[in-house]
Amino acid sequence: MASTALPASREPLARPSFDRSLLLVIPAAAFMILLFIYPFLYGLMLSFEPKDHPALWNYQHFFTTDNLWPTIWTTLRLAIPATLINVGLALPIAYKMRTKSRYQRWVTTILVIPITLGTVLIAEGMLTYFGPKGWLSQFLQLTHLYDGPIRLTHNYWGVLISLVVSGFPFAFLLILSYITGIDPVLARAAATLGADKRAQFREIYLPLLAPGLAMCFCLSFVQAFSVFPSAVLLGSPAGPTRVISIAAYEAAFEQYDYSLASAIAMLMGLVQLLIVAGVLGLRNLMYRGPVVGGKG
Amino acid sequence: MKHDFNELKLDRVTRRFAGAGGSAFNALNELSITVKRGEFIALLGPSGCGKSTALNCIAGLLPLSGGSIHLDKTRIDTLPPERRGFGMVFQNYALFPHMSVARNVGFGLKMRGVPQSEIAPRVANAMKLVQLVGQEHKLPGQLSGGQQQRVAIARAIVIEPPLILMDEPLSNLDAKLRIETRAEIRRIHRELDRATIYVTHDQDEALSLADRIVVMKDGVVQQIAPPREVYSQPANLHVARFMGYRNIVELPIEREEGDRVVLGGPDLYLTGLRKQALSDGHAVVAMRPEEITVLPRGVTGDGINIIEGRVDNVEYGGRDSLLDVVTPGGIKLHVRAAGMYNLGDDVRMQVPVERVLVYPHEWVAVK
Repeated sequence: MASTALPASREPLARPSFDRSLLLVIPAAAFMILLFIYPFLYGLMLSFEPKDHPALWNYQHFFTTDNLWPTIWTTLRLAIPATLINVGLALPIAYKMRTKSRYQRWVTTILVIPITLGTVLIAEGMLTYFGPKGWLSQFLQLTHLYDGPIRLTHNYWGVLISLVVSGFPFAFLLILSYITGIDPVLARAAATLGADKRAQFREIYLPLLAPGLAMCFCLSFVQAFSVFPSAVLLGSPAGPTRVISIAAYEAAFEQYDYSLASAIAMLMGLVQLLIVAGVLGLRNLMYRGPVVGGKG
Repeated sequence: MKHDFNELKLDRVTRRFAGAGGSAFNALNELSITVKRGEFIALLGPSGCGKSTALNCIAGLLPLSGGSIHLDKTRIDTLPPERRGFGMVFQNYALFPHMSVARNVGFGLKMRGVPQSEIAPRVANAMKLVQLVGQEHKLPGQLSGGQQQRVAIARAIVIEPPLILMDEPLSNLDAKLRIETRAEIRRIHRELDRATIYVTHDQDEALSLADRIVVMKDGVVQQIAPPREVYSQPANLHVARFMGYRNIVELPIEREEGDRVVLGGPDLYLTGLRKQALSDGHAVVAMRPEEITVLPRGVTGDGINIIEGRVDNVEYGGRDSLLDVVTPGGIKLHVRAAGMYNLGDDVRMQVPVERVLVYPHEWVAVK
């Protein structure tokens, strides 16, 4: 017989007992384990092994030392306003840029350029521009718009501005991608039902964007909370912008106390985790399904 | 925003779009029609014919490039969509995915500032009208396509608009649901006693729903007439093609007698009715497959419009079959016939004079 029917036991369409494509996960998993999970666990262990002290001493020390525990507050005081400004500024601009127009590409390009600049480059530029002898100050005094001393560097404001400059494009791009994912037919449907432009934004775009805004807030916040270079270069790292990463840096590389530095890093992660968990918890209360109004 | 009206008047409504290379083309060219209260109008045509453009112009979603729209004495084409107060049903439903069915339906009322105590009963009424009671608290994503479509209709009618605009509302439904929902739409239209403008590319839909059909092509109105007239007396060859006149044959004109035209080819000798002025020696006849009768064997017929041929293909269709019949001269005709036919059967057919429509032949080239 020429016919070669498959034996009944070998069903070609049956699901194999092991999906070999799962093996493709191995490189990524190995990467995560070696470069994230292991160092994290190592740091966690290290934070409980202070030299000549009981296990919890680092944490006690942090919360009882006057130049350590306030760094949490100092960092939040920078990161939360910076995040709110970034998300708050990016939302209306991205909303305006959601439709194709002549200016869309130009505006988007200009707004996104700072993302390509490193924080150090931005800091250098800001020192020249916003500094006491910088262009802004000279311009304002030349035109007598403002004659008092202008202090926008080496203090809180310098760091905040730098966080906005570097963080805004990121928030803008994220929100823009969320907004353009919302089917414009929904707004048109709302319009035929009597919703003016403001109502369309309030009733349609904002609720559908809210989960995306929460996500954008989290990512922007984490980015701002780990601020380090601009806090040193543009702030006053001994005083009002002594952020938590500076405290960790000092412990590790000035006092060579890796154990304390690890504990500070763990606390930094914990604060970020609490804020992110809180925001994502709120996000779970919102509608998170697809943002189109029906079949395709 | 008014709820009642006598007529909606479109006067030479035109919409131009920028085309490639800075040129502009008319997506909609001088559409003029007066829609009376209670009327159901279907805009019918192939995709790209301008029917959706017309609907969007009426809804206010597209500004006009020319012409005007009046609702009774009020000029409305200058108003934004939210101030026209027409209900619109979109092709992909456009339900708000984050709102429950009840909030979707009540949205228009809320935007009009109707108090909450009044919204609830009106929403309940609309839900009853579209037979969706019990689904109020679901999200649109939890409903089937047909249910979503009915929510979209409920949302459009609950505001009691003078005019309901529907943009191919059934094109996403399966065949059975489409026919059911079609009947629903007609019933709802009757109960509301307002006007409906319905865009479709499906001639069956237009024929079964509309009081008048507007047939469009390339932005230009081809014919505005009741379904019966569009079906049996297409104004031109384009409309004829679109309404299912599948047999289009070009023949030399032998003579014209009043509105009767006698055309003769090598093996097709037909008498038909002239529908448009004929210019030169050739014309085109249009015939429906179902209006050509296959004569029983042995019946010779009375001699007028007899066609002979051989069965070339049979598509079985249940109640009847679609035959391809080729004449000795090689002209292929589509014929619908009951009974059993086999490939190679010789058949004699006849078609009534008034069902052979004669159009000028240049339409063939234009297509």
